[in-house]
Amino acid sequence: MSPRSAASEATGGRLRPPARGPRAGLLRRHPLARFLLRRTLTAALLALGVTLVTFVLTNLVPGDPAAANLGQRAIGDPAIVAQFRHQHGLDKPLPVQYATYLGNLFHGDLGESQQSHQPVLTDLGTAVPATLELAGAAIVVSLVVGVAFGVVAALRRDRFTDQLLRVVSLLGVSVPTFWLALLAFYLFFYKFGIAPGSGRIAPEFAPPPDVTGLYTVDAALAGQWPVFWSAVGHLMLPALVLTAYTVGLLTRFTRSAVLEVLGQDYVRAARAKGLPGRTVLFHYVLRAALVPVITVAGLAFGALLSGTVLVESIFAWPGLGAYAYRSATTLDLPAVMGVGLVVGIVYLTVNLAVDVLYGLIDPRVRVQ
Amino acid sequence: MTTTETPEEAGGGTAAADSGIAAADSGTAANEGGIAATGGGTAEKGAAVLEISGLTLDLPAEDGTKRILHGVDLTLRPGRIHGLAGESGSGKTMTGFAVLGLLPPGARTTGRIAFEGTDLLTLPPRQLGALRGRAVSMMFQDPSTSLHPMLTIGRQLTDHLRHHLKLDRKAARARAAELLGQVRIPNPLEALGRYPHQFSGGMRQRIAIAIALACEPKVLIADEPTTALDVTVQAGVLRLLRGLCDDLGLAVLLVTHDLGVMSAIADEVSVMRHGRVVETGPRGRVLTEPHHEYTRTLLDALPGRSTV
Repeated sequence: MSPRSAASEATGGRLRPPARGPRAGLLRRHPLARFLLRRTLTAALLALGVTLVTFVLTNLVPGDPAAANLGQRAIGDPAIVAQFRHQHGLDKPLPVQYATYLGNLFHGDLGESQQSHQPVLTDLGTAVPATLELAGAAIVVSLVVGVAFGVVAALRRDRFTDQLLRVVSLLGVSVPTFWLALLAFYLFFYKFGIAPGSGRIAPEFAPPPDVTGLYTVDAALAGQWPVFWSAVGHLMLPALVLTAYTVGLLTRFTRSAVLEVLGQDYVRAARAKGLPGRTVLFHYVLRAALVPVITVAGLAFGALLSGTVLVESIFAWPGLGAYAYRSATTLDLPAVMGVGLVVGIVYLTVNLAVDVLYGLIDPRVRVQ
Repeated sequence: MTTTETPEEAGGGTAAADSGIAAADSGTAANEGGIAATGGGTAEKGAAVLEISGLTLDLPAEDGTKRILHGVDLTLRPGRIHGLAGESGSGKTMTGFAVLGLLPPGARTTGRIAFEGTDLLTLPPRQLGALRGRAVSMMFQDPSTSLHPMLTIGRQLTDHLRHHLKLDRKAARARAAELLGQVRIPNPLEALGRYPHQFSGGMRQRIAIAIALACEPKVLIADEPTTALDVTVQAGVLRLLRGLCDDLGLAVLLVTHDLGVMSAIADEVSVMRHGRVVETGPRGRVLTEPHHEYTRTLLDALPGRSTV
């Protein structure tokens, strides 16, 4: 052992602590790692903010949870009302209630739904994967189709294909989704009998063993192929209905983003290098054009995830939208707060993912 | 005279033309070798490597078409820098774009652009693509917009090396590092992994030069290469261009509106106005005893007139 390293061990490695060395080095050398850490910490802070906002908003609702949950006769008895309020901590000042709420939250306790008499966490545990499956399918299809449409429209600018895609995307964004859902359900289920009915799988099947909560994935994992195909079949129609709007949106955004990038000097420079059109398009044009598209796709995905109330109702899809609707109409406050929290976290996560994608695509973002 | 419709780069052509390119590529590459082999006679002063004659250009406009170039004649020789001066809108940049077939969609040209005897205007897009960036390359005015902001320097230096010269990743990187050394970028190997925004303007333009010269072209179209740079950095980039031109026997078309730049490094000078070349000649003659009145006007507008 050299005298120097011995000395550094003797001082407990104060100059360059060996234990912290590799990680600190990673963060210093990899701007992306630093960027990720910063964004994650910000997201955690924002999540705390979300709990405060949902809490305050829920308590601003002019309804009285006691009135909503106690029977008609019980509400006339001040003793019962007071007991209910005391039992649920509603007689304490709001800051104390918030502290209690936060404390419970950290233990994973979101309270009990007054409607289902189950922990809100359990309810959300089934509703969120259902919506995730639906929204995930919709956003994947939308991205593939929307980006492809947008690129083709930009490359065929002002020609017939472009005009056609313009009409298609305009229809997509302007047709009301609930109307499209009703129409699709009527046509493909009732009239032609191609699509399976409502729900997530055919009634003769039991749900696949719960791993991810996504029926398609769980069924495939368990090797239950009939269940898998039933789940895919049930997923198809509502997902395609949701796709109409996002495809229209993404087509328009991709088209304008690609057109803008096509006019950039670096695209001309790439052509001047004699690179094949395919390389120029995929490596030089699309990379830059996808940045604005990712933002829009992220927002669209957030909207899909935070519950598509009408589509979920029409297809009897037991997701977050349906749950939110039921909780809000019955003033089931713990459930409403739970939904609010989930929606907030969904947007935070999607935004974080978008930021990370930005960082991966555009190196200039990382240094800010 | 031949009339050609330029391939519509921005249109569907890019995606469509590509499907069949892989098969035909080896053929054009072999052709290329033939052209490159004839390049032995660079020392001969008279041999023109690029000859533009009677070039006209019409671009689509609001009402029909607008004539941008009215019969441009220019000759580029190996190891010589040919300055092309003129105010904005005189058609200098479009002349450069025409050489590489980078004109906007719908452009129509007549005349002839002969590169070692091959007319670039009538060359099928695929063969033109094989020459572009390899035998004839181009660098642009502003390196902060002509380098892709999201791709590493290494990527932008090796893409065309690998495409044109069929180098593997390792060989292309080695060549790229060597090129960065040639344009005097410190720590070339490390620089390959960095992005354009991590370099200064002058360094970026040196990188752009390295990209343009990667495949050892014979002709370089330099479109206002110093305009976007600080005056203090300009001289360095110009000296570099001059040195590379001398060492590699490169024929340079230096497009600039700056007669100061022109007088610093050009061998021959052409002055353009309204899509016509109004005067051509050796630098000394054109800049000291201009024949055309417009050249005189340009020279009089120069602040340091007396020093020329």
